Amino acid sequence: MANSEHTRRTFFGITGGAAAMVIVRPANATPAMLQAAIRNVVGEANVRSGKVKLDIPPLVENGNTVPMTVSVTSPMTADEYVKSIHVFNEKNPQPNIGNFYLGPRAGRAQVSTRIRLADSQKVTAIARLSDDTFWSVTADVVVTLAACTEEAI
Amino acid sequence: MPSALINVPKKAKRGDVIEIKTLMSHIMETGYRHTASGSVVPRDIITSFTCRFNGTEVFRADLFPAIAANPFITFFTTVTESGKFEFEWIGDKGFSETAQASITVE
Repeated sequence: MANSEHTRRTFFGITGGAAAMVIVRPANATPAMLQAAIRNVVGEANVRSGKVKLDIPPLVENGNTVPMTVSVTSPMTADEYVKSIHVFNEKNPQPNIGNFYLGPRAGRAQVSTRIRLADSQKVTAIARLSDDTFWSVTADVVVTLAACTEEAI
Repeated sequence: MPSALINVPKKAKRGDVIEIKTLMSHIMETGYRHTASGSVVPRDIITSFTCRFNGTEVFRADLFPAIAANPFITFFTTVTESGKFEFEWIGDKGFSETAQASITVE
């Protein structure tokens, strides 16, 4: 039947398109992009490790929604507080995840949200303190079902 | 229809550090997905979230496509007086939503 032939052709057309899509999909963020994104935030300043804690599951089944909590050791007084927290990833199409701006009246330097991870990768959180020093922590996350890869209908 | 869920304690003691939880319904379309025909689904995300207390900004966030759908954000703030929290989400395609919550400080 001409009708069913048409359906089959349409089907192959769609699957062919899907195969091509794999090739044209934007490249993942490269380490250079990650470095550039971090430099954008910290400028020339030195980033030291410590003070920041990143709570994220080491193994996640679904990369579409990964709970994450960043906390920073700080007295959060008018003289000594956390100005901002910046979260980056290594392999999503874009290296930024979020920037969070706090102040002395936050009381506690802690932020939680849910993020997307396109692949197993490193997640880095950087905190800017009131004295303009930067502190960071990096966590490895293994993702079994990646985000961003499914087709939209 | 966008809708916000806000969790702010009704009452607190002066000087308490309280936790605020917010959720805004939004698809957060990344702009990196394709349809079956290969065309890119345009980006549609919330780019900015702000919380003000009695008009003063207490928390702000820049969001990127790597934030999961229905952005859920929790943070802390110190309360010194009774007043009103105002929450604002701004995004692509002219998205703009606000919500409010009051707190009584004893």
